[in-house]
Amino acid sequence: MAKNDLQGTLDLLVLKTLSQMGEMHGYGIVAHIQQASDDLLRVEEGSLYPALHRMEQRGWIAADWALTQTNRKAKYYKLTAAGRKRLEEEEKNFEHLVKGVRAILRYV
Amino acid sequence: MSLLRRISNLFTRLKVDRDIDSELRSHIEMRIEENMDSGMSAEEARRDALIRFGNVSSTKEQVIGADAALTLYSIWSDIRYAFRQLKRNPGFSCTAILVLGLGICASVAIFAFVDAVLIKPLPYQNPSRLVSLFESTPLGQRFHLSYLDYLDWKKQNKVFRSVEAYHHTSMALNTTARVQLVDGATVSSGFFRALGVVPVIGRDFHDGEDGPSGPRTVILSYAAWQNRYGGRSDVLGQSVTMEGVPHVIVGVLPQKFHFAPAGAAEFWTALHASSDPNGRGEHGLFAIALLKDGVKLESAASDMSSIAERLAKQYPDSNDGRGATVLPLTEVIVGNLRPILLLLLSGAVLLLLIACVNVSGLVLVLSENRRHEIAVRGALGASRIRLIRQFVTEGVMLAAAGSLVGMCTAYGGIRLLVQLVPVDILASMPYLRGLGLNLHVIGFAVAVGFAMAALFSFTPALRLSLTDLRAGLVESGRSGARTAWRHLGANLVVLELCTAMVLLVGAGLLGKSFYRLLHVDIGIQPDHLGIMRLRAPHSRYSKDEMVVSLARRVMEETGRLPGVQSVAVTHGVPVANVAGGNTTFQIIGRPQHGTGYESSSRQVGVTYFSTMQARLVRGRYFTESDDVSKPRVMIVNQSFVRKYFPGEDAIGKHIRYDASSPVIEVVGIVGDIKEGPLDAEVQPVLYTSFNQEPDNAFFVVVRTARAPQELAKSLEETVHRIDSDILTFNAETMEDRIHHTQSSYLHHSSAWLVGGFAAMALLLGVVGLYGVIAYSVSQRTKEIGVRMALGAQRSSVYQLILREAGWLTGIGILAGLVCSVAAAFLMRKLLFGTQPWDAGTLAGVAVVLGFSALLASYIPARHAASVNPVEALRTE
Repeated sequence: MAKNDLQGTLDLLVLKTLSQMGEMHGYGIVAHIQQASDDLLRVEEGSLYPALHRMEQRGWIAADWALTQTNRKAKYYKLTAAGRKRLEEEEKNFEHLVKGVRAILRYV
Repeated sequence: MSLLRRISNLFTRLKVDRDIDSELRSHIEMRIEENMDSGMSAEEARRDALIRFGNVSSTKEQVIGADAALTLYSIWSDIRYAFRQLKRNPGFSCTAILVLGLGICASVAIFAFVDAVLIKPLPYQNPSRLVSLFESTPLGQRFHLSYLDYLDWKKQNKVFRSVEAYHHTSMALNTTARVQLVDGATVSSGFFRALGVVPVIGRDFHDGEDGPSGPRTVILSYAAWQNRYGGRSDVLGQSVTMEGVPHVIVGVLPQKFHFAPAGAAEFWTALHASSDPNGRGEHGLFAIALLKDGVKLESAASDMSSIAERLAKQYPDSNDGRGATVLPLTEVIVGNLRPILLLLLSGAVLLLLIACVNVSGLVLVLSENRRHEIAVRGALGASRIRLIRQFVTEGVMLAAAGSLVGMCTAYGGIRLLVQLVPVDILASMPYLRGLGLNLHVIGFAVAVGFAMAALFSFTPALRLSLTDLRAGLVESGRSGARTAWRHLGANLVVLELCTAMVLLVGAGLLGKSFYRLLHVDIGIQPDHLGIMRLRAPHSRYSKDEMVVSLARRVMEETGRLPGVQSVAVTHGVPVANVAGGNTTFQIIGRPQHGTGYESSSRQVGVTYFSTMQARLVRGRYFTESDDVSKPRVMIVNQSFVRKYFPGEDAIGKHIRYDASSPVIEVVGIVGDIKEGPLDAEVQPVLYTSFNQEPDNAFFVVVRTARAPQELAKSLEETVHRIDSDILTFNAETMEDRIHHTQSSYLHHSSAWLVGGFAAMALLLGVVGLYGVIAYSVSQRTKEIGVRMALGAQRSSVYQLILREAGWLTGIGILAGLVCSVAAAFLMRKLLFGTQPWDAGTLAGVAVVLGFSALLASYIPARHAASVNPVEALRTE
């Protein structure tokens, strides 16, 4: 299980998760990333919440309190239009990064 | 989130806080639920959830940090916390704020002067394109030019858009009551246009109005318009009689207009000089010129030099050896103030530096004492950034409070300093009128405030980031950080002592210069001398004999006044801001080639030298028989002999002014008398007999057995009894005259100001030393206790502490010696009769500083020696 220590990818993961799953609370995001990555990626709670609040300040995501299936109050986040745009950029950047790193690894 | 909502969040902080709390809590609980679902026990599930989550409060701090609304809020709470901190240590806060206020006050007040004098451009249209023109002679760079030379300069130059002449003069104004002497100026017609000044009412002089036959018109200064005419608009067209000639008022100058070289002139008339071809040797004008666009000062100077050379060839009799000087107008107006102001500004900045160093030392001590508190906050999850921000807030508040206090006192200080400037000197520095807290000055103060805020917030913050937060929790033991602070504090004290030394030496040297200046040998006995100037109207005293007999009568009548021992008349009195009154001459029997001879000239009465008690070196004084019927005679000073008759006997030599004037024989040599400024070399002077070369305007000099101040009134009354139309003015004593010259005023005021700075610097330096030693003692209480418990004597404890202080003082004084000699070398132009490395001053200052330092460290040393070993060890 790898910790997500690639700087900046946390935003990408969160935005992508929200774009795929619609509204989600923090715990749900953590769980989803872990499941969807087959346990390869694990988001640290300590850095998730500051990141969520930061993204909310920047207007990429919006938050609202709602009840969970188990009738617990939780703060749900969803993607905004600005967030969608941001996600595109982040994805593009990431593709570049992966391409570049792969090229280096395959260099003989 | 909209800005409005963010701001409104400030007031609903609790709610936002709760939201974050419950969000994090629900996260952990969801984890616990899931853990339990996967089969863990309740306790195990909770433990695992908490471990996986990490430090809750630190996460919460970070979330808050990400929340802009809360950032604003936490800054506000930081400010409140900082305020509480300052209130909790009133001693520290008051000292720090006062010390800073002092430093800011001094530097802002001095900066206001620097701004008014050096930074603000002159209040004219093209201040940077304006230059001053002078004639240069072998004696110096800045002399009057003659009207004809002015006309040629104006016509022949290719570098100026316009060349305008002016000269400051006193005019006899006929008022309803009596004749009154007023300040005036005579200018060429384009003068105000060159400066870009437009009258507020009425008109400027027309072109050609300055011709010899032009109409007699006058433009009033704003002050004259207000004071003499009540600001009435019907003043235009009214007639005023000046020098017996009616002039029509045609305009009023703007209120803000001033032209320092003309002083506080009230009446501005157009020049009416005639272009008499024989008048090329009569010098009485100054000139300003406006450079054409793109023309550099150097090329203007070279153009003017070539014109002057041409004129010298064309008119060798009058212009031989005369060149042209082109200087920026600002240089002429404020040039002599620059070194003094820069010196004062550096003094003030040094003082500010000491103040800042002292306060940052105090801030460090305080932060040292708060180590425990900081460590606790750190352990409770406050991030390093958060703690540093707290220090920054406190530093900013301290700096802001200090700046506020400083600005307020500076405002009063500026008022006070202006009032200390004598009125007549203020009149010659009209640019000081706009002095105050303007935008420049406030900008300077704000910049200083920011610099201080940065200093005070980053010193403790830097300390914080260098040390391990947790170390603060362990309260006992000598930590490395404390030793580090002691080293830093020690360095700061050395810096302070060094700075104080520089300022003290500066003050000492300036004080000594001032003393030397006032006690310089001026060649006469200045005590018990009263002087008064008078001017007889030309209309009534048109012939030389009339003036001579008037002078005789004045001398006779004043000689009868009680206490008067001797009376003399003279055309000029010693000690003036400019020696002036220059004349060119030829030496009979010596070929005329190359540069002409030039000297100051004075027409003095028979009793002048004996009344002044000048030294006769050789030959004789004038006698009553040296009158118009006899061959012309003159007395020269020693500088004259040194310059023109080196190794020869000057007595019996003959000179003449030019081919058309009579031959004059040298009959006596007197010791040098300071005719010009006190701090200038005596120039060659030739004295001719007043009876042979009389003048309508002259001084009466009276030596009296009583206090000379008592004479002024009776002198005036006596003269007016002889003829009420004679103008009398400037009655003063010789000693007052010496004290009031510009040079002695400048020396005097700079000595006092630097002295004031030095006293404050000494105080601050000593306080700083006391602080460091006291802190060091407080940190070593245990060590001292152990030493005493082991049998150390009190004297050895004294030694221990005083040795440390002695080292610091020694190094500070040594460094100060080097720096102050360097600094004094930089200000050597301001020194008079004193060398920058004056051993007496250096030694004196070192002793004063050393003694004060010893005193400052004695108190903590005594405190250390009285430590009770049992008490000290118990704290262990």
